[in-house]
Amino acid sequence: MRWRLGRDSLWRWLSGACVALSLLAVVALLALIAVRGLAHFWPADIERLTLENGQQVAGIPRGGEAETRRYFTANRDLDGQVWRWIAVDSIVERETPASLVYVQRRDWGPFIGRLAAVTTPAGERLRGDAAESRLHQALAGDAELATLSLHNVEGRDVTLPFAQVQSLAWPNRMHVGDKLLAWVDGVWRFLSEAPGDGRVEGGVWPAIFGTLLMVILMSLVVTPFGVLAALYLNEVARQGPVTRLVRIAVRNLAGVPSIVYGVFGLGVFVYGLGGQIDRWFYAEALPSPTFGTGGLLWASLTLALLTLPVVIVATEEGLARVPGTLREGSLALGATRFETLKRVVVPMALPSMLTGVILAVARAAGEVAPLMLVGVAKLAPEIPLDGEFPFLHLESKFMHLGYHVFDLGFASRDAEAAMPLVFATATLLVAVIVVLNLTAILLRHHLRARHRALERS
Amino acid sequence: MSAASFPSGEAVRGSPPVVDFSSASSCFDIENLSLAYDDKPALSDLTLKVPRHRVTAFIGPSGCGKSTLLRALNRLHDLNDQVTRTGRIRLEGQDIHAREVDVAELRRRVGMVFQAPNPFPMSIYENVAYGLRLQGIRRKRELDEIIEWALLSAALWDEVKTNLHASAWTLSGGQQQRLVIARTLAVRPDVLLLDEPASALDPISTLKIEELIRGLKSQLTLVLVTHNMQQAARVSDYTAFLHGGELVEYAPTDTLFTNPRLRRTEDYITGRVG
Repeated sequence: MRWRLGRDSLWRWLSGACVALSLLAVVALLALIAVRGLAHFWPADIERLTLENGQQVAGIPRGGEAETRRYFTANRDLDGQVWRWIAVDSIVERETPASLVYVQRRDWGPFIGRLAAVTTPAGERLRGDAAESRLHQALAGDAELATLSLHNVEGRDVTLPFAQVQSLAWPNRMHVGDKLLAWVDGVWRFLSEAPGDGRVEGGVWPAIFGTLLMVILMSLVVTPFGVLAALYLNEVARQGPVTRLVRIAVRNLAGVPSIVYGVFGLGVFVYGLGGQIDRWFYAEALPSPTFGTGGLLWASLTLALLTLPVVIVATEEGLARVPGTLREGSLALGATRFETLKRVVVPMALPSMLTGVILAVARAAGEVAPLMLVGVAKLAPEIPLDGEFPFLHLESKFMHLGYHVFDLGFASRDAEAAMPLVFATATLLVAVIVVLNLTAILLRHHLRARHRALERS
Repeated sequence: MSAASFPSGEAVRGSPPVVDFSSASSCFDIENLSLAYDDKPALSDLTLKVPRHRVTAFIGPSGCGKSTLLRALNRLHDLNDQVTRTGRIRLEGQDIHAREVDVAELRRRVGMVFQAPNPFPMSIYENVAYGLRLQGIRRKRELDEIIEWALLSAALWDEVKTNLHASAWTLSGGQQQRLVIARTLAVRPDVLLLDEPASALDPISTLKIEELIRGLKSQLTLVLVTHNMQQAARVSDYTAFLHGGELVEYAPTDTLFTNPRLRRTEDYITGRVG
């Protein structure tokens, strides 16, 4: 008896430990990408170091080891690099002077140094406090400026057109409250702005919009198709070897690698369907393709195809769970098969159908490989929705958060500088998927509630 | 049990028993009905009449085909591709398998109550309104009236009148079964088929259902399948004993239970075989 009890609790501990480990892994993963991503927008103090050899360096400490520290020194245009490894022993003096400024530029990435002077469009040159107050006015949109004169920590000059300035701050002067405001502002800019040419500057708004739009279009296509297919398989078709074969095929379709769907989408949608549409409707624009190249519509259709099995399987499971006695009860009251489906079976299976859509959305939002073939773009700052007829441009290329992570991490000019953005974008991708899923779950809840309300009316 | 030990039973084959409904005309007229599931015979060559405005009980051991016969009466077998049928069933003289017969309308006329209560996942009110809405009845007052009448007829009104809009699944098993009967009565059927309607219920609920059945026969024809001999004896006017897909004996209930013509019937009703 003792032995059996011992074994019982061992199993309990073992299974509990597995759950705990899984939870820990998920939390650690999310925490890691979230912390590393969000820390990027925190205006950290800038240190000025004086080294043994008399050289001066200004930068933001970003990790490193016990003997050598890593500093983010920015100023790619002057130094040709943005990171410096500095041996702790070689540092003679370390200070955080209030004059150091951090400028986010549209080109060449950030600049760290001092503000020397500003020049107005009239050619007037202002220095010191006058320069700073004019600069603040200009940043608030109340005044105009032509250029900024900046010195790096060693006194080398840089003249920066004011239009190049994305944001500007003196982090060493800021209190925690100011920094928090600046952080919120940074996150907001990241969410709401279009990326610059190097993709490291600016925000990811087009990618957020592209991801959401593509997933919504995909859901609009896959839901009716999947649900109708499941209804046919489960309710209409004669059950036999053929339906069994179709079911097996559908389930296996879910296991096909996603890149294969991408190739299929490229061949069938882009070249086949798109090419034909171009020949019929956009012949005057040929040989430059309109629909005959990757775009929003083809990406959505490809992903709809990819997620079709998920919706079919979930819907079929929901339909199979509706008890046969309820169907018979409905038929025995004089309902036709269609009325029984509409009034009893489908309402009862509705939550399962939405579960299928939720799973499909979760899968589609994170899928990158097939998109590379059917329409995702490295840089498409314009969102495919505007005031110009037909408002929604289904043929245009679009940005996608998943692909943006890949592009930032592996294909950008400065992989090191892009790393924090990789984490930030990945965090955002997870957040977008969570939001999409929550929306679908709320919708499911709402439908259930409405169904109940209908019953009451 | 083999047929060989019941020589008298053999004699019945081919010469189905004829019941004289002295005081009632027939509602269902079943002629040479045979039914097979996947080529396995379930009913063979059945001929009998079901009298109008009476309670007819089908009794017999499990698998004797009594439920199959009941389901044939409202063509519920149509849903199953594997069922094949020969023979004819007439309802009030009309062949129910005729091309011009609307199956949905037939099922409205021939209501059915199942072994396990199967209320829809809706409110009590909506359960009863279900069949009415299918008939196109939309007006609230009309619905209210019929629903109250149906619930009264099913002896459920007093128990549910204050919470008509509660989910039907909150009712007890016996109440659910009476709700299903009310739901069926609401569409004004001519016939009510009951497939072991009390087998899942406690004795008090069973008693209520039985009272209900006896009370309903002034309004419609009832056909009851039961494996409970006392129940058949208590509520039915005519009883058919089926065995192995064949009709063994069919007689007024009093006669069948007190003075069965065949040994097989006597053995079954006295509990010696079954």
